[in-house]
Amino acid sequence: MSTFNWIIQLVYVAAASCFVLGLHLMNTPATARRGNQLSTGGMVAAIAATLAIIIHAGTISATGWIVMLAGGLLGGGAGLYAARTVQMTAMPQLVSIFNAVGGGAAALVAIHDYINLAGRAAGPAESITITTLLDVLIGAVTFSGSIIAAGKLQGLISAAPVTFPGSRVINMAAAAIAAAASVYLIVTPSVPMLLVVIAAALVFGVTMVLPIGGADMPVVISLLNAFTGTAVAMAGFVIGNWALIIAGALVGASGGILTKLMADAMNRSLGNIMIGGFGTGDGGAAAAVGPGGDVRSIAADDAAIQLAYAQKVIIVPGYGLAAAQAQHAVAELAGVLEERGIEVSYAIHPVAGRMPGHMNVLLAEANVPYPLLKEMDEINPEFPRADVALVIGANDVTNPAARRAGTAISGMPILDVDHAKSIIVIKRSMASGYAGIDNELYVNPKTSMFFGDAKTALTELTAAVKTLVA
Amino acid sequence: MTTALLTDITIFVLALLVGFEVISKVPATLHTPLMSAANSIHGIILVGAMLIAATANNALGYVLAFVAAAFAAMNVVGGYVVTGRMLKMFRRRPAPAPASEPGKASADGQTAAANGSGSRA
Repeated sequence: MSTFNWIIQLVYVAAASCFVLGLHLMNTPATARRGNQLSTGGMVAAIAATLAIIIHAGTISATGWIVMLAGGLLGGGAGLYAARTVQMTAMPQLVSIFNAVGGGAAALVAIHDYINLAGRAAGPAESITITTLLDVLIGAVTFSGSIIAAGKLQGLISAAPVTFPGSRVINMAAAAIAAAASVYLIVTPSVPMLLVVIAAALVFGVTMVLPIGGADMPVVISLLNAFTGTAVAMAGFVIGNWALIIAGALVGASGGILTKLMADAMNRSLGNIMIGGFGTGDGGAAAAVGPGGDVRSIAADDAAIQLAYAQKVIIVPGYGLAAAQAQHAVAELAGVLEERGIEVSYAIHPVAGRMPGHMNVLLAEANVPYPLLKEMDEINPEFPRADVALVIGANDVTNPAARRAGTAISGMPILDVDHAKSIIVIKRSMASGYAGIDNELYVNPKTSMFFGDAKTALTELTAAVKTLVA
Repeated sequence: MTTALLTDITIFVLALLVGFEVISKVPATLHTPLMSAANSIHGIILVGAMLIAATANNALGYVLAFVAAAFAAMNVVGGYVVTGRMLKMFRRRPAPAPASEPGKASADGQTAAANGSGSRA
């Protein structure tokens, strides 16, 4: 190996190390920014090294330069614009889009490589063909699946599970065709057959995500993230670049861990989620059991009295809070309570929001200090000491029915809201949550319901507390 | 089976294990920025896109290279910028004088209230 190649390879190793250390620094919020900067530095170094390779080889055509720079500027500009302007509530969509383009780019790299090799007399070697096919398959599935996921999150496609007669058959057929065409390609190089693989993989991605319900999105995004990482690692195999292999494996690991955490937090297996959401079949039957007991509703003034004279308040935000854009309103209420010396903290269920950790970002944006954001295992022992638990737009994750066997959510880890001394629930109606069952928390004698849109209700509540203490 | 493939597989498996080890220590509070950071890292595919632009020699090759470069650049630039933007919001203590809208709105509200009571008196 020439000195030049040595240096380039060492730069790639350094870049990969920056990615690992960058992720390591994300283990506390205090060092996370430095981690991101380190990771960015690694990326810049890897890109610079690649430019050096291209210039050193000197075989690139003028058109090649133009294509590379134009594509880079266009894509980079679009990415910069999206990243600067995106609302924090829309983060899951943006992450999905980045998964889509990452997976798509990985597939394109393999496709280009395959077409080049197929044109030569010797044809591609078997091991190259296998990694190329894995890259194309995973990349194409990620691309189309992530676009559908982003469409669902943005509301362009119904968030409810979309099924139509034969959708399952099409999904299975696409998988079978992709597999059969891939086996054929390993034996006989053929560009038209590669197009069949690409088309079948794209169809599979679409029909895989369409039947998945909106509340399962945290799992789907994590899974597609893992897919993208794997596709990029495969691209590293194809072009023989270790930086891609390491980076892809890191992302694959990250996506895999998050997928498992999210599925565990819903007490559902990955297979169950992929087959289709709750509420498509047996949810109605479970709802018919219904709760006995009365629902007590409360006015803003009475709720304000409970809050203003509490010593410890735990706020339990759910997706309803984000949907109503009420994160600033809740932070304002918490601010008023804290000025009175009341201890306020936030109980965050792992699947509160539309992607892992989404609720934390929304509250951080509303200027809530991160030490107040407590994970489920950390906050659950504190509920018995709380004078008031204020539940805003969270439903299934607070339902004590999960502790009993035989319900649709049995075994799902929940926040022990019912252990608090009193409970106020802000909710628009008595409608059931995603699991399609009634929430037993709402008929608990300690619970009062404050009906209304989260943002309006919180604004009223804040005003009432201010009047009370003035 | 070539030695090169075996080396690649070894690196892949070891990196996967390192990934599991490092990422399982990230707290749930940071899971969204973590996923976004992982997103930016898979933007390394830009390296692949650049290399195919360098070897492309026909129209199809240029089209593939162009789209791949655009996708990958969007991934890498957008990923890092949005991750940075999110992480900047995580503060240990509330910002004393936030330039964000809610702070401004309440300050304006107080001024308006003061003026209002003044004129009524």
